Amino acid sequence: MKLIFEKSVPGRHCSLLPKCDVPDAALPEALVRQTAPALPELSEVDLSRHYTELNQRVHGVNCGFYPLGSCTMKYNPRVDEDMAALPGFAGVHPLAPKDAVQGCLSVLDTAKTYLCEITGMDGMTFQPAAGAHGEFTGVLLIKQYHRKRGDFKRTKIIVPDSAHGTNPATAAMCGFEVVNIPSAPDGCVDLEALKAVLGDDTAGLMLTNPNTVGIFDENILEITRLVHEAGGLCYYDGANLNAVMGVVRPGDMGFDCIHMNLHKTFATPHGGGGPGACAVGCKAFLEEFLPASALMQGEGRLQVRSFMGNFLVVVRALTYLLTLGRDGIPEAAQNAVLNANYLMRRIQGTFEPAFDRVCMHEFVLDLSEYKKETGVSALDVAKALIDYGMHPPTMYFPMIVHEALMLEPTETESKETLDWAADVFREVYARGKTDPDYLHGAPHHAQIGRPDEVRASRNPVVRWTKP
Amino acid sequence: MSYVPSTPEQRRAMLDAVGAETYADLYRDVPKEMLLDRQLDLPEGMSELEAVRTMTALAEKNKVFQTVLRGAGSYDHFIPAIVKSVPAKEEFLTAYTPYQAEMSQGVLQSIFEYQTMICELTGMDVSNASVYDGATAAAEAAAMCRDRKRRVTLISAAAHPDTINTVRTYCFGTGDELKIVPAKDGKTDLDALKEMLDGTVASFYVQQPNFYGQFEDADLLGELVHAAGAMYVMGCNPISLGLVKTPRECGADIAVGEGQPLGLPMGFGGPYLGFMATTAKHMRKLPGRIVGETVDSKGKRAYVLSLQAREQHIRREKASSNICSNEALCALTAAVYLAAMGPNGLREVARQSMAKAHYLAEALTAIDGIELVYPGPFFHEFVTTLPKAQEVLAALEENGILGGLPIAEGVLWCATEKADKASLDRTAAIVKEVLAK
Repeated sequence: MKLIFEKSVPGRHCSLLPKCDVPDAALPEALVRQTAPALPELSEVDLSRHYTELNQRVHGVNCGFYPLGSCTMKYNPRVDEDMAALPGFAGVHPLAPKDAVQGCLSVLDTAKTYLCEITGMDGMTFQPAAGAHGEFTGVLLIKQYHRKRGDFKRTKIIVPDSAHGTNPATAAMCGFEVVNIPSAPDGCVDLEALKAVLGDDTAGLMLTNPNTVGIFDENILEITRLVHEAGGLCYYDGANLNAVMGVVRPGDMGFDCIHMNLHKTFATPHGGGGPGACAVGCKAFLEEFLPASALMQGEGRLQVRSFMGNFLVVVRALTYLLTLGRDGIPEAAQNAVLNANYLMRRIQGTFEPAFDRVCMHEFVLDLSEYKKETGVSALDVAKALIDYGMHPPTMYFPMIVHEALMLEPTETESKETLDWAADVFREVYARGKTDPDYLHGAPHHAQIGRPDEVRASRNPVVRWTKP
Repeated sequence: MSYVPSTPEQRRAMLDAVGAETYADLYRDVPKEMLLDRQLDLPEGMSELEAVRTMTALAEKNKVFQTVLRGAGSYDHFIPAIVKSVPAKEEFLTAYTPYQAEMSQGVLQSIFEYQTMICELTGMDVSNASVYDGATAAAEAAAMCRDRKRRVTLISAAAHPDTINTVRTYCFGTGDELKIVPAKDGKTDLDALKEMLDGTVASFYVQQPNFYGQFEDADLLGELVHAAGAMYVMGCNPISLGLVKTPRECGADIAVGEGQPLGLPMGFGGPYLGFMATTAKHMRKLPGRIVGETVDSKGKRAYVLSLQAREQHIRREKASSNICSNEALCALTAAVYLAAMGPNGLREVARQSMAKAHYLAEALTAIDGIELVYPGPFFHEFVTTLPKAQEVLAALEENGILGGLPIAEGVLWCATEKADKASLDRTAAIVKEVLAK
């Protein structure tokens, strides 16, 4: 389809503003821009149709199954959107006086009460805008803690090799040396490998539990004990909190600080890549290091962005938390786990799970044998799913499983959807055995065929240019 | 309520199918002593209607002002209806990062169009798909500029305090030094900057217009910075760019800014939008997602996430940034806003905001005891002295007007196209009345 710029007609416009009712103010000549920006010139109907056409080329959670592992693509309740759009929230200036923003402060306070209870933490900030940003915030708590105690020799953060890429990238942004430790074959922490690297230079450990292959690490108490014994702190990456909320708490596993992705676990929409919002919780002894806005809350603390965070996303998450309540929260987790186990077992017998045991909210299929046999890769299978209107699972992650497809169905999928999805996987499996070329060429009925990514990278065209 | 669609009978059937008696069997890997042996200490779940009542009651505890004459990083511009309706479309809303290009062309093309618009606004060659907000954009830009030899970051004292503190925090992270270039008469002190520039300086950041609303001597600053071999980063108000010289025209290497004025509600501070653009030369240092054009297997034009070799999921601890999720829906909002406004509409928003601010400044400074604190030309914000400031602001608030922001140097006012002449006149009249008491 055409780009919006290719639909532009000089002189066309939307009628949006009244005539100016005060005299013009002159901008000094030296400050005037030389050429106008080549923004599109369109009427409102052009705009409406352009974006409707684009929107029809997007697969959202509302369109169908979206088992993108590690991303918790659960249904985003519409009421949450309505609440975030209330003028009493959307129209509030962040620097309005305290007495004019009591409702906003209550939202943050109530959300904090819920999330501290769910995680077993004491203090919390909503300033970070996304999960990786929350990791940055959390690891800075660890850094400040050691420095305050005059302990400058703790320069290393331990990260298992099954971790999300954001973990090591975050530790590096916080000035730490990253110590990658190999995982045990089941993706859990290898206790011997951990012991071997712990020492008085250990600042902390970053861990996801359930881990990135969807298994709950049964040694978790031993792991956090060992890290603490060495003088380090334990950071919980909340990417997989959906499996355990209301069932077991990171605070009770021995973690000192944690981030939660409100856009995963607490059902706020992913928006095509954002905005997310992140809550970082910590035990009481770290509260003094939580960030604050210099302008809103005064100088003296670190801060990771302007103002107090993605507030309107917190409004959505709180609405969700209120509707779930004390029973709905564990109910969601339990059914996320049930759905994952059910789907895994329904697919088993064709594509095999990397670990044949009970999983948490997600599981990994290992296609390496299948590839050896048929030549069909995890990528081919993923692309074939698109033809069925299913968003593919996460591919090639975690790196400790070769030819990995990681599926996270979430609790908001019905048994019918899971049965259908399992049948699709089985059908694709069979097709690959008899007609591998068909899968090499998939998708066949999508918006586009497979794109040439090498060309995009070698000869980057990253903007439209006026012909 | 938990939005779980499966019925109790279906759940039972599924438990049976996986060989579990109860849900507890699914958590068999969790050590028993760790399991929560009680209910969460939280209220019962609510129906949708009850949740609406509760949240609406909280919203009503806030005061919404009819006239907002406060900016300082969050601006009350008019948001056209179409700018609200497009990002509310459920597919745009509920999709995630377009990892699978074959079913995400709509998201990818919208980002490609956004990137183009940011390039057009700033005069730059390449834009990323967004970062969290203007402050983190400034911090990420500073990180782009550091190399082995040049580690020091300079930032103008006339930048937004939250931006300064955020850049400071990112520098604290990597253990790099941040130095603040003092301001003089509400602008960056050129002589001070000259003295601070040396072979260790990686970059200098200036905000245009700055925190006080003043226009900086952006060209001159750029010349000084480049003469010292450092990179020049400008943080721009995107609305002003409808009218004001682009960062490229001022010699900037990287242009960043807070995109909130482009159709996003003030929303008590977020979600907002950090935009980042640079010259072709620095393209591969830019953090975050970048969408590129290519062709598909049939030779048709297609869009993909491109240049991913820079990113954390590939590079891990060697990545240029840890950013993963960004502010895509806010970027979409900004793109719809810019398309709705067009070049002429955007210039008009800039022109009217500036005109209203100058009208308000004249009306206020006509009152005895109120003067402009800084002498230079300004865009849509300005600082005045204000006797009895608390009393004046309280009187305005009672009348549905959010007045300027009290800061150390005085009161920082702002006006946008949304304020009509009548409300500005009324503001001046109330101020005058309080001061006359």
